[in-house]
Amino acid sequence: MGQFGIGQPLRRKEDPRLLRGEGRYTDDVNVDGQLWAAFYRSPHPHADILSIDPAPARAAPGVAAVFTIADLDADGVPDMPCEVELSDLSGRPMWKPMRPILARGRVRFVGECVAIVLAATQAQAREAAELLKVEYAPLPAVADSESALAADAPVLWEALGSNVPVHWQNQDSAPVDAAMAAAAHRVRVRIVNNRLVPSPMEPKAALAAWDAQAAKLTLWAPTQGGRRIQANIAKRYLRLEQDQLRVISQDVGGGFGMRGQTYPEFVAVAWAAKQIGGAVKWRADRTETFFSDYHGRDQVNEAEMGLDSDGRMVALKIVTLVNLGAYMAENGPRMPIEGGGRIIPCCYHAPQFHFSVKPVFTNTVSTDTYRGAGRPEANFLMERLMDEAARATGLPREEVRRRNYITQFPYRTPMGYVIDSGEFARGMDDALRMAEWSTFEERRTEARARGRLRGIGVAAFIEAAGGRAPTEDMRVRVDAEGAVTVFSGSHAHGQGHDTVFSQLVNEFLGVDPDRVRLVQGDTDVTPRGSIGTFGSRSSMMGGGGLKASCEKIVAKATLVAAHLMQAEPAAVRFETGVFRAGASETTFSEVAAAAWDARRIPEGMTPGLDESCLFQREAENFPNGCHVCEVEIDPDTGTPEIVRYVAIDDCGVVLNPLIVHGQVYGGVAQGLGQAMVENALYDADGQLVSATYMDYGMPRAHHMAHVEAGFNTTPCRTNPLGVKGAGEAGACGAPPAFIGALVDALRDHGVTHIDMPATPEKIWRAINRANAPA
Amino acid sequence: MRNFDYHAPASLDAAVALIGDKEDGKLIAGGMTLLPTLKQRLAAPSDLIDLAGVAELKGIKREGDEIVIGAMTCHADVAASDVVKSAIPALASLAGVIGDPAVRHRGTIGGSIANADPAADYPGAVVGLNAKIVTNKRVIAADDYFIDLFETALEQGEIITSVRFPIPERAAYQKFRHPASGYAVVGVMVAKFGADVRVGVTGAAGSAFRASDFEAALSENFSADAIKGVKMSPDGLLSDIHCTNEYRAHLVGVMARRAVAEA
Ligand SMILES: Cc1cc2nc3c(=O)[nH]c(=O)nc-3n(C[C@H](O)[C@H](O)[C@H](O)COP(=O)(O)OP(=O)(O)OC[C@H]3O[C@@H](n4cnc5c(N)ncnc54)[C@H](O)[C@@H]3O)c2cc1C
Repeated sequence: MGQFGIGQPLRRKEDPRLLRGEGRYTDDVNVDGQLWAAFYRSPHPHADILSIDPAPARAAPGVAAVFTIADLDADGVPDMPCEVELSDLSGRPMWKPMRPILARGRVRFVGECVAIVLAATQAQAREAAELLKVEYAPLPAVADSESALAADAPVLWEALGSNVPVHWQNQDSAPVDAAMAAAAHRVRVRIVNNRLVPSPMEPKAALAAWDAQAAKLTLWAPTQGGRRIQANIAKRYLRLEQDQLRVISQDVGGGFGMRGQTYPEFVAVAWAAKQIGGAVKWRADRTETFFSDYHGRDQVNEAEMGLDSDGRMVALKIVTLVNLGAYMAENGPRMPIEGGGRIIPCCYHAPQFHFSVKPVFTNTVSTDTYRGAGRPEANFLMERLMDEAARATGLPREEVRRRNYITQFPYRTPMGYVIDSGEFARGMDDALRMAEWSTFEERRTEARARGRLRGIGVAAFIEAAGGRAPTEDMRVRVDAEGAVTVFSGSHAHGQGHDTVFSQLVNEFLGVDPDRVRLVQGDTDVTPRGSIGTFGSRSSMMGGGGLKASCEKIVAKATLVAAHLMQAEPAAVRFETGVFRAGASETTFSEVAAAAWDARRIPEGMTPGLDESCLFQREAENFPNGCHVCEVEIDPDTGTPEIVRYVAIDDCGVVLNPLIVHGQVYGGVAQGLGQAMVENALYDADGQLVSATYMDYGMPRAHHMAHVEAGFNTTPCRTNPLGVKGAGEAGACGAPPAFIGALVDALRDHGVTHIDMPATPEKIWRAINRANAPA
Repeated sequence: MRNFDYHAPASLDAAVALIGDKEDGKLIAGGMTLLPTLKQRLAAPSDLIDLAGVAELKGIKREGDEIVIGAMTCHADVAASDVVKSAIPALASLAGVIGDPAVRHRGTIGGSIANADPAADYPGAVVGLNAKIVTNKRVIAADDYFIDLFETALEQGEIITSVRFPIPERAAYQKFRHPASGYAVVGVMVAKFGADVRVGVTGAAGSAFRASDFEAALSENFSADAIKGVKMSPDGLLSDIHCTNEYRAHLVGVMARRAVAEA
């Protein structure tokens, strides 16, 4: 519809402001008299703290205070919990540790906060933090999940007695084992899903200011919504009423899932500000973001698939280790089980399915949600299995997928989730056609003549969008001039809500997008029930709430219009900004003006045009897609180059194709980052060895593919806009498409898998290892 | 970053006097390496002496059979210089693959060579082209200049004023970029001066060095085929989390062959 409505490629309204440097990020905010905070962090991966002597730091120039856990304990500040509930098959619940805001008696990973120092300037605070005297007794450390299972591995939590807090399984493995044993073909893969550092452009930061007169604390911090953090910090840690804390996150430089959490630094800064009755500011440097932002992924998966003689899956077993880090972050153990488990076994029908997950403690920073949060891991695993299944059965890779796709909807997964819709084969066919899959062998031959190894990979994937929270609160206010303000519970930190929500308002109210203003990220003004943005939920949740609010606006405005036109409300039609009844008409603006005027509205009506909706979703939605990647490898150096990349995505109804494509490109870049260069590596002693961008590889323009993107739209049946999420698709599709292409390029060298990141050296070794015996 | 006093001398003499005078002074050129070091508090000099205002340290000219590049000339200027491009195109192209555009407009040849990062590109050119490092005190031959990781023949307070590159008959530089940092995992400058062939390798070891086996083979026959069988030993080469010494040794051969083919 319309020039600016649903489906139109409206350019991003927010870009000029953000690109001109007119954004307002946490570090842009300063308060008179603020002190600067710096954290003293553990240099040890595992050690007992014998003593802390803050005296030299307290005596340093400019220092106002030094706080340790003793101060927090004296004030009764509780430790941080993990709210995930899991149990094993016998019903025994998962063992959960609490995380102290500042280390108490023991440090368990490098970068753990031990003390917070407040000083007049940031330089003085950092200087003083270095003067803190901490005596340690180092303990043996363990960094990777497999080593942490060893009988003689250092144990992080003595009360638990091992490093595995639960062995979760979906069911007993016996029926699956039986089906597996009877299968005509069995294929196995072992996959290390590499640990990633989220790396948003804006580092973590916080500014907390206590207003004694109002008895209220304001906390500016980059979050993905702020309401949960408000509730947490106010009620749990500061013992305030929720509204005695105002959380502001106006502009946020990237979230990717790592911004929803109540980080211990936020609690410490907020508590310190209240304690001193003033303002405290902190901004992490890049090194701190490496050490203390929750990391993503870090799974080891062993999986086996059994197929019948026709290449149809009969049984699937997945055994997963997920590295939790030293503490359980808010969502940590959820990643494989509810993150990936919401979709597993992905696009395919698995009649028998066994899923075993062991979360594992190690001396590393916690892992938590990161773009896709468990779904990229699940899809990667399934696509590697499918490629192996093709090899084992002799079927083409697309054919074995086709034979196993879910085709009947709604479809109930073995984990009990219900997928409403999808056209997986059609999406794959579109992708294969666009990528000229059928003529690939000619290109392989031509490349070989140039001395290059060329390969092609196909990856189908499915996502689950909506996140755990089933509601979102949206409010739409139309002023007397007809301009619209959207008070949004959804929170943009790069996604483009300002643009898309303006389009929706245009669609439903006919108001020009330039006259729509988005207010977000301020708990004093955003709706009470606001949740925020994560898990690709804003189109469905924010969009759904916005649609319902607009419908209420139209319903009320129709009564006003009928009153103005002296018509029966039932006779009034609203279309593209105009109310009509018979031959009379009146514009939306005229009606808005009347609505605020008590003299011009029907009797008994409250003036105003201001409606909200606590939108409750019916179900999550299931975006899906199929990506095809074509690579060429320089065999002398092992360097891969992406020569073609096709992305067909089913994001349901597309609200703005420019923005959806942007999400896909960004997701593909992050997916290729994981597949090609990114790796958060701890050495065996627990030191993070990739703690700067000199060692931690970020995807660059030359890694990135030119993405040819298209849509395979199947409207979602369970939400009013028919939308599905788009944010995490690229991060799901790119790793298996790329690795599949590499393996295909190297198939004549006997290569069946390359772990991520597939760096040039790994590829070169794969070629040469395979060459050696020949 | 800790506090320091900042000085902006307008002449080389003033800079020399300042650096001699200060307890713990440090020169700053483009700051591309020094500033991150200060921010990470890995260095805390009492004084910074900025060479940016010293006009005599800037500029590129041809003097007889040499290209002379002032120490404060940034990489972008070398990459774009017609003088360099016509005399030693390999040097211009090397400067053009350092870092990213921002780094190339700030980083200087003097800073790069003084810093002697084992993965930096210029050291490959200094060794491969047999350049002379000119300082406020003396002229240092390429073969005597690089000593080890971040270690050179420069004395405390000695200032590089220019680098003199002899113009070769043919030369080419090939770089294999580090997957994370973009620096050279291996960079090879091959240069032919009449019968004399030099092969300068950077990135592979603690400091830039000449690959003598390659030089010997190429002096006989300047072709990629001539060094096909020549192997570099991985012993003593660097390893990091992305690239092992074996891989680096292999890449020296690949980059050398490609450089010869291009020269
Ligand atoms: C993101 C990034 C990517 C980079 N990528 C590459 C790359 O791919 N390849 C590469 O080769 N380099 C790379 N560099 C390094 C960069 O190109 C500079 O060469 C380097 O930082 C040093 O030059 P500078 O002028 O910035 O020196 P500064 O940082 O100012 O100084 C470095 C050191 O040299 C000393 N010094 C400076 N000038 C003189 C002088 N005239 N005499 C004596 N001592 C002096 C200083 O005291 C200091 O110790 C990169 C840098 C960054 C930040």
